[in-house]
Amino acid sequence: MAEIVIKNVRKEFGDFVAVRESSFTIEDGEFFMLLGPSGCGKTTTLRMIAGLELPTSGEIYLDGEEIGQRPPSERDIAFVFQMFALYPHLNVYKNLSYPLVSQGMPRAQVRAKVDEVAGILGIRDILKKPVGGLSGGDRQRVALGRAIVREPKAFMMDEPLGALDAEFREHMAEELRALHDRMGATTVYVTHDQLEAMQMGDKIVVMNNAVVEQFGTPQEIYDKPATMFVADFIGSPSMNFLDFSGKVAAGANSVDLNGVTLGVPALRDGASGDLVFGVRPEHIALNDGGAYRGKILATEYLGTTQILTVDTANGEIKARIASDQVAKVGETVGLDFNADTVTLFDRASGQALPSALNEGVLAHG
Amino acid sequence: MSAYSITEPSGRSKWFAGTLVILYALITMIPLAWIMLTGFKSPADAISYPPKVLFEPTLEGYVNLFTTRTRQTQEFLEANPPQNWADEIVRDYDMVIVGPSKFGERFLNSVIIGFGSTFLSIFLGTLAAYAFSRFKIPLADDLLFFILSTRMMPPIAVAIPIFLMYRNLGLSDTHLGMILLYTAVNISLAVWLLKGFIDEIPREYEEAALIDGYTRFQAFYKVVLPQAATGIASTAIFCLIFAWNEYAFAVLLTSATAQTAPPFIPTIIGVGGLDWPAVAAGATIFLLPVMIFTILLRKHLLRGITFGAVRK
Repeated sequence: MAEIVIKNVRKEFGDFVAVRESSFTIEDGEFFMLLGPSGCGKTTTLRMIAGLELPTSGEIYLDGEEIGQRPPSERDIAFVFQMFALYPHLNVYKNLSYPLVSQGMPRAQVRAKVDEVAGILGIRDILKKPVGGLSGGDRQRVALGRAIVREPKAFMMDEPLGALDAEFREHMAEELRALHDRMGATTVYVTHDQLEAMQMGDKIVVMNNAVVEQFGTPQEIYDKPATMFVADFIGSPSMNFLDFSGKVAAGANSVDLNGVTLGVPALRDGASGDLVFGVRPEHIALNDGGAYRGKILATEYLGTTQILTVDTANGEIKARIASDQVAKVGETVGLDFNADTVTLFDRASGQALPSALNEGVLAHG
Repeated sequence: MSAYSITEPSGRSKWFAGTLVILYALITMIPLAWIMLTGFKSPADAISYPPKVLFEPTLEGYVNLFTTRTRQTQEFLEANPPQNWADEIVRDYDMVIVGPSKFGERFLNSVIIGFGSTFLSIFLGTLAAYAFSRFKIPLADDLLFFILSTRMMPPIAVAIPIFLMYRNLGLSDTHLGMILLYTAVNISLAVWLLKGFIDEIPREYEEAALIDGYTRFQAFYKVVLPQAATGIASTAIFCLIFAWNEYAFAVLLTSATAQTAPPFIPTIIGVGGLDWPAVAAGATIFLLPVMIFTILLRKHLLRGITFGAVRK
């Protein structure tokens, strides 16, 4: 198995820059998520690791070996396509054995290997069937089987659950994660679904507009977003942004929003100008005596919690509170913000201001 | 009252459509059946009026098609008894078979030139279509238009330049010359049709093969070609039909060695009067290869015709 290092990789298609100088490290055995909206460069990055696209500049290391310009056949990486790309003219057995035959493996060994993989995935009974008539889940399993059968150094998966319906997706996600844990193979997984990324990934790279916005564990990315894009993209509802202008000094642990002093994690550097006070909905609590006030515009009942939409002097925000708490539309309420979880951003650059909260995390990005 | 559906045709309209199609098929097949039957008639039956539908079948037409004969005196005929069934048939006209006719040779020429040019058109067309479909080629659109433009006037319009060129190059009346000529006419059709088919094949299949350790060329012939089989089959039929039926260039450019069947069949009429059964026999045999080829590939054909037509 393998460690993959991406170093200053850049990809251009003519005048269009698909990926700008990006660097990150995928450690051995990690389930690694490439997350971002469509067109952000995540699939291009994955295809560069697999060798289906060659980077315009930069290096890709697989187990310490530079492979950036090698053809895919010399990389020993498997790829699971979004549409599965099973060879339609071959049956399931032949699809699974195809990568082994190309290596010139003896027949008996091929048969044993295919049988083993079919056993792992529970598809022994469909080996003789043509791939055309298979259900979505079985196609997915065959596609996975074709990837794992030759025991590659790493797996690339391009939205492999994207073609499945929602109900089945959940089940397949669990199966996939279990398979990964069993094999311990380095896996790079592209998705635009932040929930899927959080649920399955050991680490996540968030990409936007051809650049890496942040790179870290799901917890780091969720709790300590490095940019406003990440804060907005991850979480549902996403982080609230309260715009304000002012000046904060290094070491300060509060900011002034419309005359109300709100606590924040101790800042490492000073900043001034247009700033943003970022807080997640679940870190807002109702407090009748709270100094910061707003008017409830709407409530959404979600079972265990409810989402309030509150109009404040700094814009509309959403708060997630327990569903048994009473909140009436039209009421004016006081709001408390959990000071330890707040992230301040610079409005113009979208970057988080370094503070006691996100220290050590920002360095990655 | 049975259940009424907007999308499913009713039993009665299905029956009506079926009858109509069968009637149409019967009408269009009458000339074909007539030709085939005439091949087994005697010359007298062939021209009798009113036409005979029931008659005593004979292989005379086929014997006349494949042989050359001479009329002999009664003494000669009595001294030399007939050697086989074919000889016996021609004895009725006081003739003996002196050797094979040119038909077999001409037919073989048609097979060589027709299938040769079809193979070459498909071979070159598939490679070109794959390249146009998958690679970034500078001026690709202009090149494709240029290829298409070779079909913008009837080929026969350039018959005289080609005739002169072939004479100077020594390609006149050669198999190679005719294969090249028919390939040149068919290649634009082949490239355009096949490009459409290959465009429809998702690239992921080749990429999967590349990942699985195959080279680009292996991915092409192991994954793309089987997928394109439908398109290749239907394109091949179109190419073969053109090359097989082509008459004008064959008349102009071939005579002794590379003459194909189409210009030969009418010459049968000239030898020994209007021998309609022999002409009909020649036409029947001439029809067979394209018919067999089309029947062999028919399961690809229908899918092929509609496949390329429905674009996403």
